[in-house]
Amino acid sequence: MTRVLDVTGIKKHFGGVKAVDGVSFHVDEGEILGLIGPNGCGKSTLFNCILGQLTPSEGEVRLDGKPITGLYPSQLNRLGVSRTFQLLQVFPNLSVRENLILAGQEHKGTMLKRLFGPRDAGLTAEADRMIAFFKLDHLAEQKAGGLSYGQQKLLDAAMAFMAGPRLVLLDEPAGGVNLTMLENLKERLRAINRELGATFVVIEHNMDFVMSLCSRVVVMAEGKVLAQGAPAAVRANPDVIEAYLGH
Amino acid sequence: MSRKLNTDLLIILIAFPILWFAPAGLKSYGLYVVSLWLVMSIAAMGLNLTLGYAGLTSLAQGAFLGIGAYATAILTVKAFLVGVVLGFPALRVKHHYLAFVTLAFSVVVFLIARNEQWLTGGVFGLANIPRPTLFGTDLGGGLAFYRVVLVVTLALTLVMWWLLHSPWGRAFQAIRENGTRAASLGVDIRAYTLLAFAIGSAFGGAAGALYAPLVEFIDPSPFALSASFVLLLTVVAGGAGSFFGPFVGAFFSYMLPELLRATGGWYLIIYAAVVLVLVMVSPTGLLGLIDRWRDHQSQRKAAAIRAAARPTLANGAETNPKEQGAAS
Repeated sequence: MTRVLDVTGIKKHFGGVKAVDGVSFHVDEGEILGLIGPNGCGKSTLFNCILGQLTPSEGEVRLDGKPITGLYPSQLNRLGVSRTFQLLQVFPNLSVRENLILAGQEHKGTMLKRLFGPRDAGLTAEADRMIAFFKLDHLAEQKAGGLSYGQQKLLDAAMAFMAGPRLVLLDEPAGGVNLTMLENLKERLRAINRELGATFVVIEHNMDFVMSLCSRVVVMAEGKVLAQGAPAAVRANPDVIEAYLGH
Repeated sequence: MSRKLNTDLLIILIAFPILWFAPAGLKSYGLYVVSLWLVMSIAAMGLNLTLGYAGLTSLAQGAFLGIGAYATAILTVKAFLVGVVLGFPALRVKHHYLAFVTLAFSVVVFLIARNEQWLTGGVFGLANIPRPTLFGTDLGGGLAFYRVVLVVTLALTLVMWWLLHSPWGRAFQAIRENGTRAASLGVDIRAYTLLAFAIGSAFGGAAGALYAPLVEFIDPSPFALSASFVLLLTVVAGGAGSFFGPFVGAFFSYMLPELLRATGGWYLIIYAAVVLVLVMVSPTGLLGLIDRWRDHQSQRKAAAIRAAARPTLANGAETNPKEQGAAS
């Protein structure tokens, strides 16, 4: 199986605090990997190191075998690494369709072609496909800020998949979403994995969400990898139970 | 979106012939005031790009006006290049810190204009600046020169329209609204920030190049720091980030004071009162009022669509009544 992402020995220290202390894992093509762990275990710091928001103190990140450590977020994105944020981040004053076109336009042509080429960068059809896929059809012309929270969450996820990325990292996609919408989101993520062959990593607190969505789970605690494997095996692991329920 | 594009273009096409013929009966002072309005609209359009669309607070637009005015011959290129250089701080500092950097730049330009007498004529300024001729036709008369200004304004407005409705315009807005998210979608913040600054400054330079032959005499005072503040007021009063905001704003801050001169000593007091009321009633500017009304309408429409769609989505999406309430 092809490895999409390889993370080797990532460390991130803030002064004396070892937020991430030597984490290694990989992501295979076409899988949904869950990254879980109790609050403050270093998940988000690790995410930010992979995504260029922070520079790791040590270690290496490779995408399809090529080193990508320390690249800018925008460069990483153009290489095919896409993401969502913990808090919802759509552009409220742009329409749903414009949000999606924005998410794809920087992947097409050069700066000059973007200035003199078509206004939609030739992406309207693609955007409408994503809109249909995430069942936002009737809202294409609406400003994103006027959508309900759940709908914005769907748009947020749709934007991450717009440019046909190699890898998508979702930071707590289930946060603040009500139960019915959660099922809807999970079902869409599964479908996009199945139909488009998208590979992604999901950070979550919501154990049920991760266990039912992911094919493999990495558990972190105190900056280190505590366990990894199939959801059922991880759930039964005494160390994991200790980390979540102990102390 | 596409419908809105057309309205903007339509307004441009209707306004142009009206503005072409309307001032025909005016005397030279009237023509000067209308020309000044257009010139300042160009400068404000540039600042609207930098501030209104890309969200970069610049207090240097008056200085770029000055650079353009003093360097009429090779104007836009110069202002664009200086804009690129001054744009670099915009990559490092934001908001009031960027304002400070550009403020310092403004002061430097003013001091050069005042002190480097061999180049700028110092406080005595440069007099007898020629107005253009075209194929032997003298365009120096009040009305003829007004029309030259009008044609340049039209051309630059169309350039700005094209720019803002291209993917670049979308990227500028995205950077203003949420730079981190924009970067995560592949938007090159450095390149776009520099471009917004440089193009905005070039518009300031172009306005300066028209300003010099319009008043036929330049000295440092119209390009002092206060000029940058007035341009900032112009953009904010008109509606930062709205396409015709600069024209409304320039009317407000360059023509209104002239019209109010009739009230004698009262005009500054009346003008100040109008500014205060405007800032209190509509902090998003005069055109912001229209946008707010339009948003209100479209949100009501969206709420209606959601309400109508609710039964069919009952098995999946929208069943939480609290969420419905929060969204509308």
